Amino acid sequence: METALTILLDGLVFSSYLFIVSLGLTIIFGVMKILNVTHGSFYAWGAYTAAFLIGLAANAGWPDWAGFAIIFFAAILVGLVLGLILERGILQFMYHRDEVLIVLATFGSFLVLEDTILLVFGVDPYFAFQPMQLLGAVELGGIARDTYGLTLIGLAAVLAAASWLVLRRTHWGKLLSAVIFDRELAMAMGLNVSRVYIVTFVIGAMLGALGGAYIAPTVSVAPGFGVDVIVLSFAVVVIGGMGSVPGALIGALAVGIVRALAVHKFPQFELFVIYAVMATVLVFRPEGLFAPVKARKI
Amino acid sequence: MSLARDRTVQGLTLALGVMLILSALVPSWIVNQLLFAFSRAIVVLGLLVLWRTRLVSFGHALYFGLGAYTVAMTSRYTGVNDAFVLLGAAALLSTVVGFFVGFIIRRYRDIFFAMLNLAFSMILYGILVKTEALGSTDGFTIDQPTFAGIAFEDASQGKLALLCLLMVVGWAAAVGVQAYLRSTLGRLTTAIGDNEIRVEYLGYSAEHAIHIKYVISTFLAGLGGGFMALALGQVDPDSMVNWTASGELVFVTILSGPGSVAAPFIGSFVFEILRTYAFEWMPHAWQMIVGGTLLVVIFFMPGGLWALVTQLAARLTRRRPAAPAGGG
Repeated sequence: METALTILLDGLVFSSYLFIVSLGLTIIFGVMKILNVTHGSFYAWGAYTAAFLIGLAANAGWPDWAGFAIIFFAAILVGLVLGLILERGILQFMYHRDEVLIVLATFGSFLVLEDTILLVFGVDPYFAFQPMQLLGAVELGGIARDTYGLTLIGLAAVLAAASWLVLRRTHWGKLLSAVIFDRELAMAMGLNVSRVYIVTFVIGAMLGALGGAYIAPTVSVAPGFGVDVIVLSFAVVVIGGMGSVPGALIGALAVGIVRALAVHKFPQFELFVIYAVMATVLVFRPEGLFAPVKARKI
Repeated sequence: MSLARDRTVQGLTLALGVMLILSALVPSWIVNQLLFAFSRAIVVLGLLVLWRTRLVSFGHALYFGLGAYTVAMTSRYTGVNDAFVLLGAAALLSTVVGFFVGFIIRRYRDIFFAMLNLAFSMILYGILVKTEALGSTDGFTIDQPTFAGIAFEDASQGKLALLCLLMVVGWAAAVGVQAYLRSTLGRLTTAIGDNEIRVEYLGYSAEHAIHIKYVISTFLAGLGGGFMALALGQVDPDSMVNWTASGELVFVTILSGPGSVAAPFIGSFVFEILRTYAFEWMPHAWQMIVGGTLLVVIFFMPGGLWALVTQLAARLTRRRPAAPAGGG
């Protein structure tokens, strides 16, 4: 019973983490039809920026809770700067090209951004433990857990609710749905599609950076930080259905719980199961479990 | 026109002769570079077959890694250490796996083709990384192979022998792919990329044609992986099976360009040189150089290096691009 609870909690924490990092990816894919490999860079840049700034703040004697403000500030900053540079500098010239070529262009940008990190932040790892230390630990089901990890669940829930509200209940959400449904028709109706693209890409980038920035206090931020996240978030997004927000939630839950189960019961299958689930879903439902309904074009 | 009169085949044969003589004269570090470059070129040749149909796989490191690990595991656990046997096993295993996976893969296009390949390759990665018996994250080292029973005392002579074998096999692979591309089935390649429905109306099965392409590409990837394992003398999951390895292979394909079966050999060599020098010159920025090159090729050189080569050749022979007579 205790193991079951541990698995469930571990799974939930990991799922929340996965959802936060995959949300931006799936939104960008849904609206722009771009499979964005640079998402891993947003993640890594967010983590590095947050860790660096938290370190600075700690040295300057700021209180530990400032770390939380810094995390969100870092995510917004990174998303705004990198998102704008990539969308305006590279992607806007690629929209008429093959989808696969766009993926390759984002892969090229990812490689460039990876090394820019090394040039800017150096090769030594960063530690930004202050926010985690501040929250301490709680005992749940007989096991001490760090409270910070549990707040991930809250953040994921807030983001899920917020994105649902924005997409379903606001003017902006309606515009987005129109572009997702049919880009050309939306243009013909006088919608400024390139502005929608810019805003979408920047928001997606911020979400990716937020994932990295929020996870930064729990790990050592070191080179190669973004590499594994890319395929993990691809798996989540593919399982749920590329471009679907509820899909990303289901995908994150599936991957998170399955992985937690594997870690506790069959540790040698930890990575295997994730991609086995991804392959299985692709084989039987290539559009994913919760793919958004596609407009039929004649 | 028979294959022997095909200009690409003639050029490849000439290049093979020149390279066989040259390789005996060049210093050993160039032999190593050529080994890495041409091992990768064989894989890229297979990716070119797919790329001509606008299919890009983000998971061919699966077959590359399968080939490499087959060589490593066979030599480690059976004691068989002959290059011919090891490479044959590598090519065979990846072809068999490719054949069965192909039944699923052939139904997918575009992003989904890329992603499903990625998923399959990450499954192998997940197994390798977590299994001690398969070397986990460290991988294995591989002993010097023998060649049909002949063992070379001197390591550099062994490398040279491997390079000669690699060049002959590479030549055969390139000629084979050229013959395939000239056949009716091969000519469907571009047609399927352009419009699959029309191909189906002509009475051909696009899925069947893509399955054959896929098996060819997995055979070549396994073979190239086997050669790479012998050339490096070691295998490890992160540089051979992880998704970044697949990305590297796709990068070399784009860099080479789809123009000719000779392009992968040039592209891979340039990639190897680029990597070596970029790494020595600024170790923390070589990925940046590779990524930047990828962007430049995508934006400004859609034909890849091969397009540069043909332009250069045309300029050297002062041949104008075929203009109608009297057109000036």
